[in-house]
Amino acid sequence: MINNLWLHPGLILMAGALILPLVKGRLFRPYLLLVPVLAFGAVLQMPQGVYGVFPFLEWDLTFGRVDRLSLVFAYIMTLMCIIGTLYSLHVDNPFEMAAAWIYVAGSLGVIFAGDFLVLFLFWEVMAFSSVFLVWFRRRPESLWAGFRYLMVHAAGGLVLLAGIALLYHATGDHGFHQLDVSRPTLPVYLILVGFILNAAVPPLHAWLPDAYGEATVSGAVFMCAFTTKTAVYALARGFAGMEILIPLGVVMALYGVVYAVLENDARRLLAYHIISQVGYMVAGVGIGTELAINGACAHAFAHILYKGLLFMGVGSVLYMTGKSRFTDLGGLYSRMPRAFVFTLIGGLSISAFPLFSGFVSKSMIVAAGFDDHLYWAAFLLTLASAGTFLHTGLKVPYFIWFGKNNCAKNTWEKAQDPPVHMQLAMGIAAFLCIFIGVHTPYLYDMLPYAAVYKPYTAYHITESLQILLFTALGFFVFLKKLTPKPVISLDMDWFYRMGGRVFLLGAQRGMDYLSTRAQQYLGEALPHRLNTFSQSGPARLSLLLIRPLWYLTGVTVKGPDGAEKRFTDTFNRSLFTIGSTAVFTIIMLMILLFFVT
Amino acid sequence: MILDLIEFLRHRLKRVIQVCCIILALLAGFDALLLDKNKAHTAVEHLPGFWAVFGFTACVVIIFVSKWFGRLGITKQEDYYDQ
Repeated sequence: MINNLWLHPGLILMAGALILPLVKGRLFRPYLLLVPVLAFGAVLQMPQGVYGVFPFLEWDLTFGRVDRLSLVFAYIMTLMCIIGTLYSLHVDNPFEMAAAWIYVAGSLGVIFAGDFLVLFLFWEVMAFSSVFLVWFRRRPESLWAGFRYLMVHAAGGLVLLAGIALLYHATGDHGFHQLDVSRPTLPVYLILVGFILNAAVPPLHAWLPDAYGEATVSGAVFMCAFTTKTAVYALARGFAGMEILIPLGVVMALYGVVYAVLENDARRLLAYHIISQVGYMVAGVGIGTELAINGACAHAFAHILYKGLLFMGVGSVLYMTGKSRFTDLGGLYSRMPRAFVFTLIGGLSISAFPLFSGFVSKSMIVAAGFDDHLYWAAFLLTLASAGTFLHTGLKVPYFIWFGKNNCAKNTWEKAQDPPVHMQLAMGIAAFLCIFIGVHTPYLYDMLPYAAVYKPYTAYHITESLQILLFTALGFFVFLKKLTPKPVISLDMDWFYRMGGRVFLLGAQRGMDYLSTRAQQYLGEALPHRLNTFSQSGPARLSLLLIRPLWYLTGVTVKGPDGAEKRFTDTFNRSLFTIGSTAVFTIIMLMILLFFVT
Repeated sequence: MILDLIEFLRHRLKRVIQVCCIILALLAGFDALLLDKNKAHTAVEHLPGFWAVFGFTACVVIIFVSKWFGRLGITKQEDYYDQ
């Protein structure tokens, strides 16, 4: 893909992933760090423009459309790839890391894709590589969760492909630009469905907590950053200003919060909060103003870091203790204090506390909603942000590191702060979360539009602090209500988990019924009738001719001693019957054949 | 160091709670009395302590609505899918 000296960072990661299984010994870990750093370097020095255009059949495929929108996503994704890889240095399985890098390369491929064909190619690369991050956990549950993840994404990919094909058929253009969202046609809706499935918009979202909760410790750190944010990028590129995304985004924001209350598994709780946070971005894309799109990009940027940090923090607890359910944890502050502080910083960032990253990104979207007089959306998004603090800022740290100690003896003994490389990765992410919150030009200067936004006003700070601190008051007042219970919550995945079983049962019963009926009619009744028909056919034909003669001559026809009975008996006993039956059957078959042909 | 700070605060839990309550009161008071609300987006935000009430109410609504939702048959035993 070198064209005009442009090097695709995804190509660096893919090549790195292919060589990775061959790298052994002391070189393995330095090599692990080198490849993502090279990819990040490629993004840093990348000038804007269009690169990597290849003719293929009758189309031009564009692998490198570089502008401000693609650069901000590529920057944070390659940066997160470095942090995620640093966090994963303990992973000895080179194929797990190779899968993670190819997955990131898939995201970068989508980010730089200039047309729908290249986008679709990398879209599928993402799904088929990331599923290994679930499977490599090697639990039976992971295997099934991985299959479900793959099936859902394959279905979404097909819908996307159908949309792309229909759009190309209708317009003759396969370029990936802003689509006509004011008068959307069927192809536009199909592409939208493909995108929002990856953005985890309810009811197409259940793959996310299902798979992320089952992924490997480091796999979840990668997965939480890329699929949904790539979808946000694709929406921002193609669907800015599509109004239906505003209610969908608000529903997402609230949906994730409601399920987080019920959730007992810390990583699934965080997964539900991805849905909630991506809801802000989707709503931002739907609002579609320059400030809103900037907000969506800024929030995606901040989100990748703080959500990565949260998954690293909770993942380190899982890595050290083997547990991620609140009902198996608690009171760990004395055993894992650093993991607590890092997770808390992630929690404060996602909750949009002043001086943390979420404060300068999330509020842009809410402010864009207020500016656009979408008061219901803005107030509901603010309500959801109270829920975010309630769970990720309070429930997660409290019930893992404080609260009732539910740890088994074994869990307690194993619990201690994770290895240095994990702490370092969390430290970098935590630093960036605070740095973004404190030094706003770092993030704001990267955003695609020049819309001015000032988060640090007295009013905004007071507003945020009141919402957050009074939410905290509510948390402690109703602490007992929030105590996690060892239960699971049914979600939309019920339909394809249980739907499969219902289908299987239905199919089984249906086939049984069909088989019995077929045996009854085709196997028994029909041959019997045909047999009778063939056997008695000649006799009946003869009777048709003879019967009028009998009536004329006055012979008794009916009854046990009647001529008809005697004739049939004689006919059946004679050799003539066999020959006549054969001839009759052949004639009937020939008539049938004549009509069929 | 982190551990010392946590233990220090835990041993003075009552005092910590008192300080937190004072902070909440000061915050609501500041909003009601001193804050310049020219940047407010809507009229309701001019009510004293609007966002404090909003935050607390939001928290309560989220907890109770979610619990009610869970009781509709959404929450199941952990082995639900294994049966």
